[in-house]
Order: sequence, then C-alpha cells, then structure tokens
Amino acid sequence: MSTEASFDPLDRQLIAATQSGLPLVPQPYEALGAMLGVSAQEVEARLADMLQRGLIRRIGAVPNHYRLGYTANGMTVWDVDDGRVDELAARVAKLAGVTHCYRRTRALPAWPYNLFVMLHGRSREEVERQAGEVATLLGDACRGHDILYSTQLLKQTGLRVNML
Amino acid sequence: MNASVPEQRPGFDALDAGLIDYLHDDFPLCERPFAAVGEALGLAEDEVIERLRKLLANGVLTRFGPLYQIERAGGIYLLAALEAPVERFAQIAAQVNAHQEVADNYRREHRLSMWFVVEAESHDVAMRCLRSIEAETGLPVHTFPKEREYRVTLRLPAAAPPLPEDWR
Repeated sequence: MSTEASFDPLDRQLIAATQSGLPLVPQPYEALGAMLGVSAQEVEARLADMLQRGLIRRIGAVPNHYRLGYTANGMTVWDVDDGRVDELAARVAKLAGVTHCYRRTRALPAWPYNLFVMLHGRSREEVERQAGEVATLLGDACRGHDILYSTQLLKQTGLRVNML
Repeated sequence: MNASVPEQRPGFDALDAGLIDYLHDDFPLCERPFAAVGEALGLAEDEVIERLRKLLANGVLTRFGPLYQIERAGGIYLLAALEAPVERFAQIAAQVNAHQEVADNYRREHRLSMWFVVEAESHDVAMRCLRSIEAETGLPVHTFPKEREYRVTLRLPAAAPPLPEDWR
C-alpha cells in the first residue's frame, strides 16, 4: 500500500486498450502490440511488470456471481474491538464464502460497524450460516452486527478500471 | 427476487465451469495463452476462445482481462451510502448512476438503502462527485473509507457447488 507506483504513457495506453478486456484471438498480446505499435514481447513484459508492482491484481475472468448461482449476497457489518480487529479479521478473511473483507471507518453514532465482510451463498440460509461462523470467530470482541442483503444491482460499469 | 437476479438456466456447462474456475488464476503471458489454457484443460485453443466469447456474451462472465488496481497509483475507490426514500428511489438511482465515477451501485435491505462505489483518480475528485450527488438528491451521503484490506477475491467456485449441508 505504501508503494507509490505510477502508470507511464505506454502503461496508460495498454490500460485503455484493455478497457473492455483482452482480445479474444489466439495471439492477444500480439494484437495489443499491433494496436500500440510495440511488439508482443513488450506487451507481455509491461503486463508482467504491472502485475509485479501490484498495478494489476491479476489477469483473469470475472464471473457474475448471480449467474454462478450465488443469488444471496450479504454485506455483513460488524462492530469489533479496535484492539483485536486486525488479528480476527485476518482469520475471518479465510472463511469460505468471503470475497471481500475490509476494515472501514465507523460513522458514529449512526453506524458503529468497522468490519465489512461480503458473504455469498446460494440461499440466505447459507449466508446466515456463514455469518454464524464469523460471529463465532469474533466472539466477545464483537459488540453487534447486521446483514445487508443486496436486492438489486443498480449499476455495474464496463469498468473503466476494475477494482478487483 | 428481482429483475437483476434472473431465474434462468445457468448458461454454462461443466467444461465452462472448469474454465471459469481455472481462469481465476493468472492467465499466461506467452505467445499463445489460450492454447496453454486449453492444454491444461484438455480443450482446443479455438474452443477455449469460443467458450469465453459465449460466457462473456451471455453474462456469466462480466470481464476477461487485466484487473487494474488504481489505488496503487494514487486512485481511490470510496464506498458510500445514502438513505433513499422509497417513493423517490428510482429517480435517486438515476441521479447517482449518471455520474461516471460511480462504478457500481446496489440496493440493499436497510435504512441506508443505496450503496455505491465511487472510483476516481484522486480523493478530491471522489469528494467532488459525492458533493454533487448530495446537491442533486438533497440527501446526505455517508462515506465508509477503507482503512485496511484483509481479503479481496472474486473466487467462488463455478464447478461442483457446495451444498448448504456441506458448506465450508
């Protein structure tokens, strides 16, 4: 996180060229290179470098969780003791069904929760069972929690730059 | 349950599921990466490409390619929420979604019923976007800045779904 990195002009061109993803052709890096006037090797080297610097998390596929059958999506939020949250959250993060686990700033007094854990299941019962596991793990370090189920996806962009 | 969660055939078969799961990991950086993936899965190169094309077209996959992490370059993803009155919900959703900085937006069952992520090249740009949303909707926007990240993945198995009974 402390690493200040930056995208140079060719990186930016590559990002723009892959905005909608990798070309679905047998030689995708060659195709990108042809668009940008560089070799396939240069494209591969740039991508490898951005991966190594963390500017790219990974190169891969992003599924629509609903379409995979994970129709119950609960943003679970927990009010966890500040002195113990890091240690406990690291363990929560390893539970099955957890895709995102963050510590966030509380918005007191209305919002006492500092730990956000996204849970996914094929039913709300499954999500509640997962939440039960989280509750057990947090034990008495947790003062309260809530589950906010998503009921409608209102917007999902073509990802100018994907966060994941 | 709602329009965005259609009850329909999955739109993928067992080979697709294997491909989706395989492509959670890093896609090869080599001359013929689809051929390399096909080799690992026992599929021909053109079949890998064709299946990916179909999965993207029918919405099982929302993206295939590099997943950039703009926070490493000074960018920001800021989680925000507002309490949208039911009778104005659609109008407010339209006002929020009209901002290109709003990357995703979910309706959730809570008093704070609209949760969205603002994606911007800097904190100032993100805050400016939120101020306009407040001005346009007349509603206060609450923000939940990230302090620490413990896990981020999109990995949920497409193949061999766990049954509720044997969760974990």
